[in-house]
Amino acid sequence: MKITRKDVEYVAALAHLELSEEELIRLERELDSILGYIEQLNRLDTTQVEPMAQVLYEARVDIALRGDQVGGCLPSAEALAAAPDATDAFIKVPKVIDR
Amino acid sequence: MDLTELTLAEIRERLRRREIAARELTEKHYRRIDRRDPEIHAYLALCPDRAYAQAEALDQKARAGEPLPPLAGLPVAVKDVILTRDVRTTAGSHILQNYVPPYDATAVARLEQAGAIILGKTNCDEFAMGSSTENSAYIATRNPHALDRVPGGSSGGSAAAVAAHLAVAALGSDTGGSIRQPAGFCGVVGLMGTYGRVSRYGLIAFASSLDHIGPFARTVRDVAAVLRVIAGRDPHDSTSADVPVPDYEAELDRPLKGMKVGVPREYFGAGLDPEVRAKVEAAIKKFGALGCELVEVSLPHTEYAIACYYIICTAEASSNLARYDGVRYGFRAPGTTELDAMYLVTRGRGFGAEVKRRIMLGTYALSAGYYEAYYLKAQKVRQLIYQDLRRAFEQVEVLVTPTSPTPAFRLGEKTADPLQMYLADIYTVTGSLAGVPGISVPCGKTQAGLPIGLQLFANHFDEVRLLQLAHAFEQAGGFTL
Repeated sequence: MKITRKDVEYVAALAHLELSEEELIRLERELDSILGYIEQLNRLDTTQVEPMAQVLYEARVDIALRGDQVGGCLPSAEALAAAPDATDAFIKVPKVIDR
Repeated sequence: MDLTELTLAEIRERLRRREIAARELTEKHYRRIDRRDPEIHAYLALCPDRAYAQAEALDQKARAGEPLPPLAGLPVAVKDVILTRDVRTTAGSHILQNYVPPYDATAVARLEQAGAIILGKTNCDEFAMGSSTENSAYIATRNPHALDRVPGGSSGGSAAAVAAHLAVAALGSDTGGSIRQPAGFCGVVGLMGTYGRVSRYGLIAFASSLDHIGPFARTVRDVAAVLRVIAGRDPHDSTSADVPVPDYEAELDRPLKGMKVGVPREYFGAGLDPEVRAKVEAAIKKFGALGCELVEVSLPHTEYAIACYYIICTAEASSNLARYDGVRYGFRAPGTTELDAMYLVTRGRGFGAEVKRRIMLGTYALSAGYYEAYYLKAQKVRQLIYQDLRRAFEQVEVLVTPTSPTPAFRLGEKTADPLQMYLADIYTVTGSLAGVPGISVPCGKTQAGLPIGLQLFANHFDEVRLLQLAHAFEQAGGFTL
Protein backbone atom coordinates (compact mmCIF):
# COMPACT_ATOMS: atom_id res chain seq x y z
CA MET A 1 0.00 0.00 0.00
CA LYS A 2 1.44 3.33 -1.07
CA ILE A 3 1.91 6.00 1.59
CA THR A 4 0.70 9.39 0.37
CA ARG A 5 1.39 12.95 1.35
CA LYS A 6 -2.09 13.06 2.87
CA ASP A 7 -1.30 10.06 5.11
CA VAL A 8 1.87 11.74 6.36
CA GLU A 9 0.06 14.98 7.17
CA TYR A 10 -2.77 13.13 8.92
CA VAL A 11 -0.40 11.06 11.09
CA ALA A 12 1.77 14.10 11.91
CA ALA A 13 -1.35 15.85 13.22
CA LEU A 14 -2.29 12.81 15.34
CA ALA A 15 1.25 12.74 16.75
CA HIS A 16 1.36 16.50 17.42
CA LEU A 17 4.44 16.98 15.27
CA GLU A 18 5.03 20.09 13.21
CA LEU A 19 7.02 19.00 10.17
CA SER A 20 8.80 21.11 7.56
CA GLU A 21 8.13 20.69 3.85
CA GLU A 22 11.42 18.86 3.52
CA GLU A 23 10.52 16.49 6.37
CA LEU A 24 7.10 15.76 4.85
CA ILE A 25 8.70 14.78 1.55
CA ARG A 26 11.37 12.63 3.19
CA LEU A 27 8.96 10.90 5.57
CA GLU A 28 6.58 10.02 2.76
CA ARG A 29 9.43 8.19 1.01
CA GLU A 30 10.85 6.61 4.18
CA LEU A 31 7.57 5.41 5.68
CA ASP A 32 6.65 3.90 2.33
CA SER A 33 9.95 2.01 2.17
CA ILE A 34 9.82 0.80 5.82
CA LEU A 35 6.16 -0.24 5.63
CA GLY A 36 6.96 -2.00 2.34
CA TYR A 37 9.54 -4.07 4.23
CA ILE A 38 7.04 -4.75 7.02
CA GLU A 39 4.53 -6.12 4.47
CA GLN A 40 6.45 -9.41 4.64
CA LEU A 41 4.60 -10.18 7.90
CA ASN A 42 1.55 -10.87 5.72
CA ARG A 43 3.25 -13.98 4.32
CA LEU A 44 2.51 -15.61 7.69
CA ASP A 45 -0.92 -17.05 8.44
CA THR A 46 -1.66 -15.92 12.00
CA THR A 47 -5.41 -16.55 12.19
CA GLN A 48 -4.96 -19.13 14.98
CA VAL A 49 -2.24 -17.22 16.87
CA GLU A 50 -2.80 -15.43 20.20
CA PRO A 51 -1.31 -11.91 20.14
CA MET A 52 1.52 -11.39 22.63
CA ALA A 53 1.40 -8.00 24.32
CA GLN A 54 3.84 -8.64 27.14
CA VAL A 55 6.37 -11.25 28.21
CA LEU A 56 4.74 -13.33 30.89
CA TYR A 57 6.58 -15.11 33.64
CA GLU A 58 5.46 -17.21 36.59
CA ALA A 59 4.51 -14.64 39.18
CA ARG A 60 1.93 -14.17 41.87
CA VAL A 61 -1.18 -12.67 40.32
CA ASP A 62 -1.19 -9.82 42.83
CA ILE A 63 2.43 -8.86 42.21
CA ALA A 64 1.54 -5.66 40.42
CA LEU A 65 -0.76 -4.51 43.20
CA ARG A 66 0.18 -2.76 46.40
CA GLY A 67 -1.71 -1.67 49.46
CA ASP A 68 -3.62 1.60 49.16
CA GLN A 69 -1.44 3.45 51.64
CA VAL A 70 -0.12 6.96 51.86
CA GLY A 71 3.61 6.99 51.15
CA GLY A 72 6.37 9.52 50.67
CA CYS A 73 6.41 11.71 47.60
CA LEU A 74 8.42 14.59 46.19
CA PRO A 75 7.72 18.06 47.62
CA SER A 76 5.79 20.01 44.97
CA ALA A 77 8.58 22.57 44.49
CA GLU A 78 10.97 19.73 43.52
CA ALA A 79 8.42 18.00 41.35
CA LEU A 80 7.70 21.26 39.48
CA ALA A 81 11.33 22.38 39.23
CA ALA A 82 11.76 20.83 35.78
CA ALA A 83 8.69 22.51 34.25
CA PRO A 84 9.56 25.25 31.76
CA ASP A 85 7.05 27.68 33.28
CA ALA A 86 5.77 27.04 36.80
CA THR A 87 4.81 28.82 40.00
CA ASP A 88 4.98 27.20 43.47
CA ALA A 89 1.97 25.03 42.87
CA PHE A 90 0.98 25.34 39.21
CA ILE A 91 2.35 24.84 35.73
CA LYS A 92 1.53 27.63 33.29
CA VAL A 93 0.51 26.84 29.71
CA PRO A 94 -0.87 28.99 26.89
CA LYS A 95 -4.57 29.77 27.06
CA VAL A 96 -6.87 26.78 26.42
CA ILE A 97 -10.33 28.31 26.74
CA ASP A 98 -11.46 31.51 25.07
CA ARG A 99 -13.85 33.62 27.10
CA MET B 1 50.37 0.09 37.67
CA ASP B 2 47.59 1.74 35.68
CA LEU B 3 44.57 1.96 37.95
CA THR B 4 42.19 2.12 35.00
CA GLU B 5 43.17 -1.47 34.07
CA LEU B 6 41.76 -3.00 37.25
CA THR B 7 38.76 -5.30 37.51
CA LEU B 8 36.20 -5.04 40.29
CA ALA B 9 37.70 -7.97 42.21
CA GLU B 10 41.15 -6.30 42.12
CA ILE B 11 39.74 -2.93 43.17
CA ARG B 12 37.87 -4.44 46.10
CA GLU B 13 40.93 -6.33 47.33
CA ARG B 14 43.28 -3.36 47.05
CA LEU B 15 40.83 -1.02 48.78
CA ARG B 16 40.42 -3.50 51.59
CA ARG B 17 44.20 -3.84 52.01
CA ARG B 18 44.41 -0.04 51.69
CA GLU B 19 46.93 -0.26 48.84
CA ILE B 20 44.84 2.24 46.90
CA ALA B 21 42.23 4.84 47.86
CA ALA B 22 38.88 5.22 46.14
CA ARG B 23 39.67 8.91 45.72
CA GLU B 24 42.87 8.14 43.81
CA LEU B 25 41.04 5.59 41.64
CA THR B 26 38.36 8.17 40.81
CA GLU B 27 40.98 10.81 40.03
CA LYS B 28 42.86 8.45 37.70
CA HIS B 29 39.66 7.78 35.77
CA TYR B 30 38.81 11.46 35.42
CA ARG B 31 42.35 12.16 34.24
CA ARG B 32 42.08 9.47 31.62
CA ILE B 33 38.70 10.85 30.56
CA ASP B 34 40.30 14.32 30.18
CA ARG B 35 42.99 12.79 27.97
CA ARG B 36 41.02 10.32 25.86
CA ASP B 37 37.41 11.46 25.74
CA PRO B 38 37.95 14.52 23.53
CA GLU B 39 38.47 12.06 20.64
CA ILE B 40 35.96 9.37 21.71
CA HIS B 41 33.06 11.43 23.11
CA ALA B 42 31.73 8.65 25.33
CA TYR B 43 30.49 11.06 28.02
CA LEU B 44 27.88 13.81 27.81
CA ALA B 45 28.36 14.96 31.40
CA LEU B 46 30.59 14.20 34.38
CA CYS B 47 29.57 14.39 38.03
CA PRO B 48 32.85 14.70 39.96
CA ASP B 49 31.24 16.14 43.14
CA ARG B 50 29.02 13.13 43.49
CA ALA B 51 31.86 10.73 42.61
CA TYR B 52 34.35 12.20 45.06
CA ALA B 53 31.78 12.33 47.88
CA GLN B 54 31.15 8.61 47.38
CA ALA B 55 34.91 7.89 47.15
CA GLU B 56 35.53 9.84 50.37
CA ALA B 57 32.86 7.83 52.20
CA LEU B 58 34.41 4.55 51.01
CA ASP B 59 37.92 5.61 52.03
CA GLN B 60 36.65 6.49 55.49
CA LYS B 61 35.14 3.04 55.81
CA ALA B 62 38.37 1.42 54.64
CA ARG B 63 40.43 3.49 57.11
CA ALA B 64 38.11 2.51 59.95
CA GLY B 65 38.49 -1.15 58.95
CA GLU B 66 34.75 -1.49 58.32
CA PRO B 67 33.58 -4.12 55.83
CA LEU B 68 33.28 -2.75 52.29
CA PRO B 69 30.12 -3.19 50.20
CA PRO B 70 30.16 -5.56 47.19
CA LEU B 71 30.89 -2.96 44.49
CA ALA B 72 33.17 -0.79 46.63
CA GLY B 73 35.15 1.61 44.46
CA LEU B 74 33.71 0.46 41.13
CA PRO B 75 33.87 3.44 38.73
CA VAL B 76 30.68 3.35 36.69
CA ALA B 77 29.33 5.27 33.69
CA VAL B 78 25.56 5.60 33.28
CA LYS B 79 23.72 5.89 29.98
CA ASP B 80 21.94 9.21 29.68
CA VAL B 81 18.47 7.62 29.45
CA ILE B 82 18.79 6.56 33.12
CA LEU B 83 17.84 9.17 35.71
CA THR B 84 20.42 10.55 38.13
CA ARG B 85 19.23 12.90 40.84
CA ASP B 86 20.59 16.43 40.41
CA VAL B 87 22.68 15.35 37.39
CA ARG B 88 21.37 16.50 34.01
CA THR B 89 19.79 13.64 32.04
CA THR B 90 19.03 14.34 28.38
CA ALA B 91 18.32 10.98 26.72
CA GLY B 92 20.54 12.34 23.95
CA SER B 93 17.69 14.68 22.98
CA HIS B 94 17.28 18.44 22.65
CA ILE B 95 13.82 18.14 24.14
CA LEU B 96 15.41 17.22 27.51
CA GLN B 97 18.50 19.41 27.18
CA ASN B 98 18.00 21.09 30.57
CA TYR B 99 16.30 18.26 32.43
CA VAL B 100 17.64 17.67 35.94
CA PRO B 101 15.83 14.71 37.51
CA PRO B 102 14.57 14.97 41.09
CA TYR B 103 15.25 11.27 41.80
CA ASP B 104 17.59 8.37 40.99
CA ALA B 105 16.70 5.33 38.92
CA THR B 106 16.53 2.24 41.14
CA ALA B 107 19.52 0.70 39.31
CA VAL B 108 21.61 3.81 40.03
CA ALA B 109 20.52 3.96 43.68
CA ARG B 110 21.36 0.26 44.13
CA LEU B 111 24.78 0.71 42.54
CA GLU B 112 25.66 3.56 44.86
CA GLN B 113 24.34 1.74 47.93
CA ALA B 114 26.65 -1.11 46.92
CA GLY B 115 29.65 1.25 46.85
CA ALA B 116 29.94 2.04 43.14
CA ILE B 117 31.19 5.47 42.09
CA ILE B 118 29.11 7.17 39.38
CA LEU B 119 31.54 9.08 37.14
CA GLY B 120 29.10 10.58 34.65
CA LYS B 121 26.49 10.16 31.94
CA THR B 122 27.17 8.58 28.59
CA ASN B 123 26.11 9.48 25.08
CA CYS B 124 23.45 7.48 23.26
CA ASP B 125 21.10 7.61 20.31
CA GLU B 126 18.23 10.00 21.05
CA PHE B 127 15.76 8.18 23.36
CA ALA B 128 17.81 5.01 22.72
CA MET B 129 16.57 4.89 19.12
CA GLY B 130 19.41 3.82 16.90
CA SER B 131 22.24 1.36 16.34
CA SER B 132 25.25 3.66 16.04
CA THR B 133 24.92 6.52 18.59
CA GLU B 134 24.91 8.88 15.58
CA ASN B 135 21.31 9.85 16.44
CA SER B 136 22.46 11.69 19.57
CA ALA B 137 21.39 15.33 19.35
CA TYR B 138 24.76 16.30 20.83
CA ILE B 139 27.70 14.45 19.29
CA ALA B 140 28.71 11.18 17.62
CA THR B 141 30.69 8.79 19.83
CA ARG B 142 33.69 7.09 18.19
CA ASN B 143 34.70 3.46 18.50
CA PRO B 144 37.86 3.33 20.66
CA HIS B 145 39.23 0.53 18.44
CA ALA B 146 38.94 2.65 15.26
CA LEU B 147 37.98 6.29 15.54
CA ASP B 148 36.38 6.41 12.08
CA ARG B 149 33.90 3.69 13.14
CA VAL B 150 30.73 3.82 15.22
CA PRO B 151 30.66 2.25 18.70
CA GLY B 152 27.27 0.71 17.96
CA GLY B 153 24.13 1.83 19.68
CA SER B 154 22.10 2.91 21.23
CA SER B 155 24.29 2.51 24.38
CA GLY B 156 27.40 3.45 22.38
CA GLY B 157 28.80 5.85 24.97
CA SER B 158 28.63 3.25 27.75
CA ALA B 159 30.30 0.57 25.60
CA ALA B 160 33.01 2.97 24.41
CA ALA B 161 33.67 4.22 27.97
CA VAL B 162 34.28 0.68 29.23
CA ALA B 163 36.35 -0.29 26.17
CA ALA B 164 38.57 2.81 26.48
CA HIS B 165 39.01 2.33 30.27
CA LEU B 166 37.07 5.52 31.01
CA ALA B 167 35.01 3.42 33.47
CA VAL B 168 35.32 -0.13 34.79
CA ALA B 169 31.62 -0.85 34.27
CA ALA B 170 28.60 0.93 32.85
CA LEU B 171 24.84 0.80 32.74
CA GLY B 172 23.09 0.71 29.40
CA SER B 173 19.59 0.04 28.19
CA ASP B 174 18.56 -2.60 25.69
CA THR B 175 15.27 -2.60 23.76
CA GLY B 176 16.28 -4.40 20.54
CA GLY B 177 20.02 -4.90 21.05
CA SER B 178 21.21 -1.58 22.45
CA ILE B 179 23.52 -3.19 25.03
CA ARG B 180 24.63 -6.31 23.16
CA GLN B 181 25.37 -4.75 19.76
CA PRO B 182 27.63 -1.93 21.07
CA ALA B 183 29.31 -4.43 23.45
CA GLY B 184 30.12 -6.53 20.36
CA PHE B 185 31.35 -3.53 18.35
CA CYS B 186 33.54 -2.25 21.21
CA GLY B 187 34.94 -5.62 22.39
CA VAL B 188 33.41 -5.64 25.89
CA VAL B 189 30.87 -7.79 27.74
CA GLY B 190 27.24 -6.57 27.76
CA LEU B 191 24.22 -8.26 29.27
CA MET B 192 20.47 -7.85 28.89
CA GLY B 193 18.72 -9.79 31.66
CA THR B 194 15.35 -11.50 31.42
CA TYR B 195 12.45 -9.07 30.91
CA GLY B 196 11.62 -7.98 34.47
CA ARG B 197 14.98 -9.03 35.98
CA VAL B 198 16.19 -5.45 36.54
CA SER B 199 13.90 -2.60 37.64
CA ARG B 200 13.24 0.08 35.01
CA TYR B 201 12.15 2.69 37.56
CA GLY B 202 13.92 5.84 36.39
CA LEU B 203 14.62 4.55 32.88
CA ILE B 204 13.27 7.00 30.29
CA ALA B 205 10.74 4.79 28.53
CA PHE B 206 11.10 3.90 24.85
CA ALA B 207 9.13 0.66 24.30
CA SER B 208 7.85 -0.63 27.62
CA SER B 209 7.27 -4.28 26.64
CA LEU B 210 10.89 -4.48 25.46
CA ASP B 211 12.98 -2.06 27.58
CA HIS B 212 15.71 -3.37 29.91
CA ILE B 213 18.54 -1.89 31.97
CA GLY B 214 21.73 -3.95 32.01
CA PRO B 215 25.49 -3.87 32.69
CA PHE B 216 28.67 -3.55 30.62
CA ALA B 217 32.15 -4.50 31.88
CA ARG B 218 35.41 -5.90 30.56
CA THR B 219 35.03 -9.28 32.27
CA VAL B 220 32.12 -11.68 32.74
CA ARG B 221 32.79 -11.71 36.48
CA ASP B 222 32.33 -7.96 36.75
CA VAL B 223 29.10 -8.11 34.75
CA ALA B 224 27.87 -10.85 37.10
CA ALA B 225 28.67 -8.76 40.17
CA VAL B 226 26.85 -5.67 38.84
CA LEU B 227 23.84 -7.72 37.74
CA ARG B 228 23.44 -9.18 41.21
CA VAL B 229 23.24 -5.70 42.71
CA ILE B 230 20.77 -4.18 40.22
CA ALA B 231 18.52 -7.25 39.78
CA GLY B 232 15.43 -8.05 41.81
CA ARG B 233 11.95 -6.90 42.64
CA ASP B 234 11.37 -3.17 43.02
CA PRO B 235 8.06 -1.89 44.38
CA HIS B 236 8.44 1.16 42.10
CA ASP B 237 8.32 -1.00 38.93
CA SER B 238 5.28 -3.26 38.70
CA THR B 239 6.89 -5.22 35.86
CA SER B 240 9.96 -6.13 37.90
CA ALA B 241 9.92 -9.83 38.69
CA ASP B 242 9.60 -11.28 42.16
CA VAL B 243 12.11 -14.04 41.39
CA PRO B 244 15.08 -14.72 43.70
CA VAL B 245 18.42 -13.26 42.59
CA PRO B 246 21.24 -15.83 42.70
CA ASP B 247 24.82 -14.99 43.64
CA TYR B 248 25.89 -14.96 39.99
CA GLU B 249 29.59 -14.60 40.80
CA ALA B 250 29.59 -17.63 43.07
CA GLU B 251 27.99 -19.74 40.31
CA LEU B 252 30.52 -18.82 37.61
CA ASP B 253 32.96 -21.67 38.06
CA ARG B 254 30.52 -24.56 38.05
CA PRO B 255 31.55 -27.17 35.46
CA LEU B 256 29.93 -26.96 32.02
CA LYS B 257 30.18 -30.68 31.28
CA GLY B 258 27.21 -31.76 29.19
CA MET B 259 25.66 -28.27 28.82
CA LYS B 260 23.53 -28.39 25.68
CA VAL B 261 24.28 -25.48 23.38
CA GLY B 262 22.07 -24.86 20.36
CA VAL B 263 23.28 -23.37 17.09
CA PRO B 264 20.31 -21.83 15.23
CA ARG B 265 20.96 -22.29 11.52
CA GLU B 266 18.98 -19.15 10.54
CA TYR B 267 21.70 -16.97 12.12
CA PHE B 268 24.42 -18.20 9.79
CA GLY B 269 22.83 -17.46 6.41
CA ALA B 270 23.34 -14.78 3.79
CA GLY B 271 24.50 -11.36 4.98
CA LEU B 272 26.87 -12.67 7.64
CA ASP B 273 30.36 -11.19 7.20
CA PRO B 274 32.89 -14.01 6.50
CA GLU B 275 35.34 -12.87 9.20
CA VAL B 276 32.53 -12.73 11.77
CA ARG B 277 31.35 -16.18 10.71
CA ALA B 278 34.87 -17.65 11.03
CA LYS B 279 35.37 -16.33 14.58
CA VAL B 280 31.90 -17.33 15.76
CA GLU B 281 32.36 -20.83 14.33
CA ALA B 282 35.74 -21.07 16.07
CA ALA B 283 34.04 -20.05 19.32
CA ILE B 284 31.41 -22.74 18.87
CA LYS B 285 34.20 -25.33 18.40
CA LYS B 286 35.70 -24.07 21.63
CA PHE B 287 32.41 -24.66 23.44
CA GLY B 288 32.63 -28.26 22.21
CA ALA B 289 36.17 -28.52 23.59
CA LEU B 290 34.92 -27.13 26.92
CA GLY B 291 32.55 -30.09 27.25
CA CYS B 292 29.34 -28.64 25.81
CA GLU B 293 27.12 -30.76 23.62
CA LEU B 294 26.44 -28.86 20.40
CA VAL B 295 23.00 -29.23 18.81
CA GLU B 296 21.78 -27.69 15.56
CA VAL B 297 18.39 -26.04 16.10
CA SER B 298 15.98 -23.98 14.01
CA LEU B 299 14.20 -20.71 14.82
CA PRO B 300 12.06 -20.59 11.68
CA HIS B 301 10.51 -17.14 12.21
CA THR B 302 13.83 -15.32 12.61
CA GLU B 303 13.51 -13.58 9.24
CA TYR B 304 10.35 -11.79 10.44
CA ALA B 305 11.86 -10.46 13.67
CA ILE B 306 12.99 -7.04 12.39
CA ALA B 307 9.65 -6.26 10.75
CA CYS B 308 7.80 -7.39 13.89
CA TYR B 309 10.11 -5.47 16.20
CA TYR B 310 9.92 -2.17 14.32
CA ILE B 311 6.12 -2.14 14.49
CA ILE B 312 5.94 -2.99 18.19
CA CYS B 313 8.73 -0.70 19.35
CA THR B 314 7.55 2.28 17.31
CA ALA B 315 3.93 1.84 18.40
CA GLU B 316 4.97 1.78 22.05
CA ALA B 317 7.37 4.69 21.49
CA SER B 318 4.69 6.86 19.90
CA SER B 319 2.65 6.41 23.05
CA ASN B 320 5.54 6.79 25.55
CA LEU B 321 6.89 9.91 23.88
CA ALA B 322 3.52 11.67 23.99
CA ARG B 323 4.61 12.98 27.40
CA TYR B 324 7.16 15.37 25.84
CA ASP B 325 4.83 18.27 25.22
CA GLY B 326 6.63 21.24 26.75
CA VAL B 327 4.44 21.25 29.87
CA ARG B 328 6.00 19.33 32.76
CA TYR B 329 9.67 19.13 31.83
CA GLY B 330 12.16 19.82 29.10
CA PHE B 331 12.10 22.21 26.20
CA ARG B 332 9.10 24.42 25.42
CA ALA B 333 9.09 26.29 22.11
CA PRO B 334 8.80 29.99 22.87
CA GLY B 335 6.34 32.38 21.29
CA THR B 336 3.22 30.26 20.79
CA THR B 337 -0.08 31.61 22.09
CA GLU B 338 -2.24 28.48 21.87
CA LEU B 339 -1.80 25.16 23.63
CA ASP B 340 -2.12 23.00 20.50
CA ALA B 341 0.39 25.14 18.64
CA MET B 342 2.76 24.88 21.59
CA TYR B 343 2.63 21.07 21.46
CA LEU B 344 3.20 20.98 17.70
CA VAL B 345 6.10 23.40 17.62
CA THR B 346 7.75 22.07 20.79
CA ARG B 347 7.74 18.50 19.51
CA GLY B 348 8.63 19.48 15.94
CA ARG B 349 11.72 21.36 17.11
CA GLY B 350 12.61 19.23 20.13
CA PHE B 351 12.83 15.79 18.50
CA GLY B 352 15.46 14.67 15.99
CA ALA B 353 14.87 12.92 12.65
CA GLU B 354 14.95 9.29 13.83
CA VAL B 355 12.65 9.94 16.78
CA LYS B 356 10.14 11.69 14.52
CA ARG B 357 10.36 8.82 12.04
CA ARG B 358 9.57 6.29 14.76
CA ILE B 359 6.77 8.36 16.28
CA MET B 360 5.25 8.67 12.80
CA LEU B 361 5.62 4.95 12.04
CA GLY B 362 4.18 3.97 15.43
CA THR B 363 1.31 6.44 15.24
CA TYR B 364 0.47 5.14 11.77
CA ALA B 365 0.55 1.51 12.96
CA LEU B 366 -1.85 2.33 15.81
CA SER B 367 -4.17 4.59 13.83
CA ALA B 368 -7.76 3.70 13.00
CA GLY B 369 -7.95 1.23 10.13
CA TYR B 370 -4.33 0.08 10.43
CA TYR B 371 -4.21 -1.26 14.00
CA GLU B 372 -5.10 -4.82 13.01
CA ALA B 373 -3.00 -4.88 9.85
CA TYR B 374 0.15 -3.72 11.61
CA TYR B 375 0.13 -3.68 15.42
CA LEU B 376 -2.05 -6.72 16.06
CA LYS B 377 -0.31 -8.62 13.26
CA ALA B 378 3.08 -7.82 14.79
CA GLN B 379 1.90 -9.01 18.24
CA LYS B 380 0.87 -12.32 16.67
CA VAL B 381 4.19 -12.71 14.91
CA ARG B 382 5.86 -11.91 18.23
CA GLN B 383 4.06 -14.93 19.66
CA LEU B 384 5.43 -17.13 16.83
CA ILE B 385 8.97 -15.87 17.47
CA TYR B 386 8.56 -16.54 21.19
CA GLN B 387 7.27 -20.06 20.50
CA ASP B 388 10.36 -20.71 18.33
CA LEU B 389 12.56 -19.92 21.32
CA ARG B 390 10.41 -21.92 23.74
CA ARG B 391 10.75 -24.99 21.56
CA ALA B 392 14.50 -24.44 21.24
CA PHE B 393 14.85 -24.24 25.04
CA GLU B 394 13.11 -27.60 25.39
CA GLN B 395 16.11 -29.05 23.52
CA VAL B 396 19.03 -26.91 24.71
CA GLU B 397 20.06 -24.66 27.61
CA VAL B 398 21.87 -21.93 25.69
CA LEU B 399 21.74 -20.65 22.11
CA VAL B 400 24.85 -19.26 20.43
CA THR B 401 24.80 -16.75 17.56
CA PRO B 402 26.83 -13.84 16.21
CA THR B 403 25.85 -10.58 17.98
CA SER B 404 25.80 -8.62 14.69
CA PRO B 405 26.20 -9.57 11.03
CA THR B 406 29.22 -7.26 10.61
CA PRO B 407 31.88 -5.60 12.76
CA ALA B 408 31.55 -1.85 13.53
CA PHE B 409 30.68 0.15 10.42
CA ARG B 410 31.98 3.60 9.48
CA LEU B 411 30.38 6.81 10.72
CA GLY B 412 27.86 7.97 8.12
CA GLU B 413 27.78 4.59 6.39
CA LYS B 414 24.15 3.80 7.23
CA THR B 415 22.65 7.17 8.17
CA ALA B 416 21.11 7.80 4.75
CA ASP B 417 18.98 4.63 4.80
CA PRO B 418 17.00 3.99 8.00
CA LEU B 419 16.10 0.45 6.93
CA GLN B 420 19.78 -0.52 6.56
CA MET B 421 20.38 0.80 10.08
CA TYR B 422 17.43 -1.26 11.41
CA LEU B 423 18.92 -4.42 9.89
CA ALA B 424 22.01 -3.99 12.13
CA ASP B 425 19.78 -5.42 14.92
CA ILE B 426 18.87 -8.57 13.01
CA TYR B 427 20.43 -11.07 15.47
CA THR B 428 19.55 -9.28 18.70
CA VAL B 429 15.83 -8.49 18.36
CA THR B 430 14.56 -12.09 18.60
CA GLY B 431 15.73 -12.34 22.21
CA SER B 432 14.17 -8.96 22.99
CA LEU B 433 10.79 -9.97 21.58
CA ALA B 434 10.83 -13.23 23.55
CA GLY B 435 12.02 -11.56 26.77
CA VAL B 436 14.88 -14.02 27.27
CA PRO B 437 18.27 -12.97 28.66
CA GLY B 438 21.18 -12.38 26.26
CA ILE B 439 24.85 -11.56 26.59
CA SER B 440 27.47 -10.44 24.10
CA VAL B 441 31.10 -11.40 24.73
CA PRO B 442 34.14 -10.68 22.55
CA CYS B 443 35.32 -13.63 20.43
CA GLY B 444 38.29 -12.13 18.63
CA LYS B 445 38.99 -9.43 16.07
CA THR B 446 38.98 -8.98 12.31
CA GLN B 447 42.29 -8.61 10.48
CA ALA B 448 41.74 -4.85 10.59
CA GLY B 449 41.54 -5.06 14.40
CA LEU B 450 37.78 -4.62 14.87
CA PRO B 451 36.18 -6.60 17.73
CA ILE B 452 33.68 -9.36 16.96
CA GLY B 453 30.84 -10.18 19.36
CA LEU B 454 29.38 -13.57 20.20
CA GLN B 455 25.82 -13.63 21.53
CA LEU B 456 24.33 -16.18 23.92
CA PHE B 457 20.64 -16.55 24.82
CA ALA B 458 19.21 -18.62 27.69
CA ASN B 459 15.71 -19.34 28.92
CA HIS B 460 13.82 -16.88 31.15
CA PHE B 461 15.68 -16.22 34.42
CA ASP B 462 18.55 -18.52 33.48
CA GLU B 463 21.20 -15.78 33.48
CA VAL B 464 23.39 -18.17 35.51
CA ARG B 465 23.94 -20.46 32.52
CA LEU B 466 24.71 -17.55 30.20
CA LEU B 467 27.28 -16.23 32.60
CA GLN B 468 28.81 -19.67 33.26
CA LEU B 469 29.33 -20.39 29.58
CA ALA B 470 30.58 -16.87 28.85
CA HIS B 471 32.98 -17.07 31.81
CA ALA B 472 34.35 -20.50 30.83
CA PHE B 473 34.87 -19.19 27.28
CA GLU B 474 36.70 -16.11 28.59
CA GLN B 475 38.88 -18.22 30.94
CA ALA B 476 39.80 -20.52 28.05
CA GLY B 477 41.13 -17.51 26.12
CA GLY B 478 38.06 -17.21 23.93
CA PHE B 479 37.94 -13.40 24.06
CA THR B 480 41.20 -13.34 22.09
CA LEU B 481 40.35 -16.08 19.53
